[in-house]
Amino acid sequence: MKTAGSDGSSAARPLPEPELCLELLEMMALIRRFEEEAGRQYQRAKAGGFLHLAIGEEATIVGTTSVMRDDDYLIGTYRTHGHAIARGTDPKNVMAELFGREDGTSRGRGGSMHIFDAEHRFMGGYGIVGGNLPLAAGLALGSDYNGTDEVTVCMFGDGASNTGNFGETMNLAALWRLPIVFLLENNLYGMGTAVERHSAVTDFSKKAEGLGVPGVRADGMDVIAMREVVTEHLRIAREERRPTLVEAFTYRYRGHSAADPEVYRSREEVEEWRKKDPIEAFADRLEAEGVLDTSSRNAMRERVDARVLDAVEFADASPEPPLDSLYDNLYVLGAQGPGWYAVDERAPRAFPGEREAVHLEGQARELAEAGAAYGGQAAGAGRKPGEEVSDRDEGEAVEDSEAGEPDEES
Amino acid sequence: MSVLRMREALRDAMAEEMRRDESVYLMGEDVGVFQGAFKVTEGLLDEFGEKRVRDTPISENTIVGTGVGSAMGGLRPIVELMTVNFSLLAFDQIINHAAAIPYMFNGQVKVPMVIRMPGGGGHQLGPTHSHSFEAMFLQIPGLLVASPSKPADAKGLLKASIRDDNPVIFIEHETLYGVRGDVPDGDDHVIRFGSAAITREGGDVTIVGILRMAHIAEQAAKTLSAEHNVEAEVIDPRTLRPLDLDTILESVEKTNRLVIVEEGWPHGGVGANIAALVQEQAFDQLDAPIQRVTGADVPMPYSKRLEQSAIPHAEHVVSAALATTEGAI
Repeated sequence: MKTAGSDGSSAARPLPEPELCLELLEMMALIRRFEEEAGRQYQRAKAGGFLHLAIGEEATIVGTTSVMRDDDYLIGTYRTHGHAIARGTDPKNVMAELFGREDGTSRGRGGSMHIFDAEHRFMGGYGIVGGNLPLAAGLALGSDYNGTDEVTVCMFGDGASNTGNFGETMNLAALWRLPIVFLLENNLYGMGTAVERHSAVTDFSKKAEGLGVPGVRADGMDVIAMREVVTEHLRIAREERRPTLVEAFTYRYRGHSAADPEVYRSREEVEEWRKKDPIEAFADRLEAEGVLDTSSRNAMRERVDARVLDAVEFADASPEPPLDSLYDNLYVLGAQGPGWYAVDERAPRAFPGEREAVHLEGQARELAEAGAAYGGQAAGAGRKPGEEVSDRDEGEAVEDSEAGEPDEES
Repeated sequence: MSVLRMREALRDAMAEEMRRDESVYLMGEDVGVFQGAFKVTEGLLDEFGEKRVRDTPISENTIVGTGVGSAMGGLRPIVELMTVNFSLLAFDQIINHAAAIPYMFNGQVKVPMVIRMPGGGGHQLGPTHSHSFEAMFLQIPGLLVASPSKPADAKGLLKASIRDDNPVIFIEHETLYGVRGDVPDGDDHVIRFGSAAITREGGDVTIVGILRMAHIAEQAAKTLSAEHNVEAEVIDPRTLRPLDLDTILESVEKTNRLVIVEEGWPHGGVGANIAALVQEQAFDQLDAPIQRVTGADVPMPYSKRLEQSAIPHAEHVVSAALATTEGAI
């Protein structure tokens, strides 16, 4: 049985002010409740595709995000509903994204694995393991280039440390002294493979040292411990302008995804880790130190419950994206002229001179609806699909673009 | 007007755009101190310094991904991949991130980056160093693809690419870097995407040539005219996405015959794509099946004679054009 690499009991670390403690607890509880509800909605086929829940990893998430600056960047994996919520994204919009609706964070284009909120600098949500590491390097490169001091926090799992992206990005980040905190969420399994079976080096904090990025281990089940370690590493990135790695020892209580039968680990092991529940442990400590009492603990639970159920109601009421919007945001159109940007071969009659905004009329609409029907009937009160289609004249840009003046060249 | 080599025109395009916009920067292997593997970036490090002209380690996927991330954060990277062959290592970042990010995040960020790389064969570099991947890139929604064959087009399109807010795959050709051509003076020569060039007018057959094959097409047209009394209309699409299909369709309406010549493989090639679109849009205009002339369906062999037999030449294009006239209905 693996134990967390913590350096002593959490009681050794003093608590911050009571108000902040309650905020931390409530955010973790909100994430937990959201994830549980997302799982339930997935069972009811309201959320589809892949669903990766971070139940058990709340302290790692909140411990990290709560010490970041608003203008720091956060980029993560496919298990990031909680990361977005912790950065400030409204759970309503995250739930709507899981349901694939118009009010989703990406209007239903991304889904669970691709939550994104530019306003709160949560830069995604990525499905390819390790694929976000180079993107993080790019964001940090921007800070370096512009001479600004925001830091990029790049979160990824133990499995990602074996990808080519890991080696390449560590080298580049160290070479160019990029202001990144690489936060490795070691939940002891890369999908169904235990760390001893997938990594020759299981002390992940050391894994990038040979490439130029030193690392430390932290107790990912202790929100205060995480805050302390991440604070220091943000400082290193911000002031010393060099990348470091923080390995957060944590655990996910559910499977890799909602479809995981968990044949690769024992129930006893999961039960052992349940005893170290980061939320219960923190709440217990707050009660012991007089910051929380039973009634306020219950009140918090109810608030969080209400918020999540609100989010479900909101998502349920949000309409399906209109079928005409299929080609939205495929390209940023501005100074370019006409040309065949995309073709639409779904209907038998050829469209002359298509652009990627397909105005569905007649048989084309029927066929689009027929195809969409395989995805279930359109849901959502109020607006019906098709009502949002705006009048787009020939030559008008499809999507609002900031790409400059119209081109006068013929 | 000045006469410039293509590599000079490309370099000028980058230098002008980097002077114009502080957020444009360049990175790639050996682009700085070495002055560029093909000398396209010669002098840029001297003018712009290490912050804006970055030599990278050999890490194609991460170089491209870093470019994407920096573009998401507001910069405008030009990523040079030493050749099209090494782009295979970066396909994950190109397809799953550069092309998909604006779409899958509902336009919350843009990816205004240019990925430049030379492709093509003919120098006995063997199967792993002779690829032509324009067909693969043009398949991917979310990317723009440029394929200039002349210095003026290269300059105008590279400037347009750098100013464009979409991810652009800018395909060059190793053999064309030394080709000379007239290039307009001044720093505002910009060619918009989706605008094909009719490099020769004619009424008997339309020949579309991609990249270096645009030059082969022109040679073939001369032979067709001089020796066979066939007047070909030669079109260089210049950009494959968006494609100026309308110019090709107008030409086919006039000539009723089409030949497409490319260096890449036949299955799912650029010609296959254009042929499908043309027969769909202009079926009644065609008097003969559309002919494709492509590279041979093999990994490129090293032997000089074998290699040359595997690449299209003017003779093949002439033969294909005559087949359309002889096979006329």
